[in-house]
Amino acid sequence: MREINTEEIRKTVKDLFIKINYEIGSDILVGLKQGLETEESETGRAVLEQILKNNKIAAEEQIAICQDTGLSIIFVKLGQDVHLTGGDFNEAINQGVREAYVEGYLRKSVVDDPIFERKNTKDNTPAIVHLQIVPGDKIHIEVTAKGGGSENMSAMKVLTPAQGEQGVRDFVVDTVESAGPNPCPPLIVGVGIGGTIEKCALLSKKATLRKLGEHNPDPRYSQLERDLLDEINKLGIGPGGFGGRVTAMAVNVEYFPAHIASLPVAVNICCHAARHGEAVI
Amino acid sequence: MSKDYKRITTPLTDEVVSSLKAGDKVLITGDIYTSRDAAHKRFISCINEGKDLPFDIKGEVIFYVGPAPAKPGYVSGSAGPTTSGRMDSLTPPLLDRGLKGMIGKGLRSQEVIESMKKNNAVYFAATGGTAALIAKSIKKMEMIAYEDLGTEAIRKMSVEEFPVTVVIDSEGNNLYAIGPAKYKI
Repeated sequence: MREINTEEIRKTVKDLFIKINYEIGSDILVGLKQGLETEESETGRAVLEQILKNNKIAAEEQIAICQDTGLSIIFVKLGQDVHLTGGDFNEAINQGVREAYVEGYLRKSVVDDPIFERKNTKDNTPAIVHLQIVPGDKIHIEVTAKGGGSENMSAMKVLTPAQGEQGVRDFVVDTVESAGPNPCPPLIVGVGIGGTIEKCALLSKKATLRKLGEHNPDPRYSQLERDLLDEINKLGIGPGGFGGRVTAMAVNVEYFPAHIASLPVAVNICCHAARHGEAVI
Repeated sequence: MSKDYKRITTPLTDEVVSSLKAGDKVLITGDIYTSRDAAHKRFISCINEGKDLPFDIKGEVIFYVGPAPAKPGYVSGSAGPTTSGRMDSLTPPLLDRGLKGMIGKGLRSQEVIESMKKNNAVYFAATGGTAALIAKSIKKMEMIAYEDLGTEAIRKMSVEEFPVTVVIDSEGNNLYAIGPAKYKI
């Protein structure tokens, strides 16, 4: 048994959200630079150069990469040998988010109810928390700040088993094509396949968090990732949607066993400002 | 900035609007107004109730943006374009009242394009996700209306050489259709 004060969770969440909103991951920078080498469109290259320049300014001046500093999503893997002390676990997370967004000059982008008043909660809470209990005595915290523009272009559908792999490919490519310039390409395309609707959506979100350059360990699924990336980069959308070759930097597929009757597919689109980070307590 | 850019100043005259073609790179200098989802809904309520809009939109340019808060010493926080399509159904009444330009990112509806042709207006895109860079073009920012909306309030921004691309011109030519068609395999 290891005791961890929830105060540590608050501080970790706060520090992570400030850092990810100011500093893009080194893997994304590599992906953008690779895009600059492969992009054939002059306008496309100019957009990639603007993005790289923007990310440099944000990191150097410690300001937000994008004005949409996102909804705050936190994946917690809580070791079963941890005993949490101090205050409420969920409140510690929300307090971390609150302090990051207020003290870090990040935009508050949450409205309290989605249909009626749509009143801004003014501190970017509540956060969206996904908790998993795992063996061990550590707490693994992974956070992402998800912008609305790319989330709005995401989609989910429950296919039939007969539609199979081709049905999945068509749905993913169609979703990216109809999104066009809206989600700020070059994209990270997260794909969840299998499970139930909520499991599938969650898989697609987790897929967007994968480090650029890593692939699904199952060779059939990593092949599917490469094929989908090729198909998407033939669409011609390009950086900023002005036409070009580099529409996506990665397609990441995560899967889970499914019902004998179902083939759920979720496509969670993430913009080039793919902001995520992790820490272990 | 490169000499490939056309330089324009706001407010926009019909002559300037007509001279801009889809694909042109443009540097905008002058005052522009911020407005997005919530402020657009209020504009339409104003129009429906026969009231004046909070500023005279004749010849003006609206920037679809909800800026991040400014750090001390900064004029504006990061301020890049949001997805314009969400404002589509609320846009033709503004074009009918003299709005000449819009800056955002992403697709527009056929209804908006038709209204742009009818009213001689232009749609520019700024590069989404380059908000820290764009903020460097903002030299002054002033709250104009709907302060209660926070980031969605209407602000007058004085910009210098704000880099944008003409996506849809006043003849309805659309770079989001022309550009990808060249590279689609």
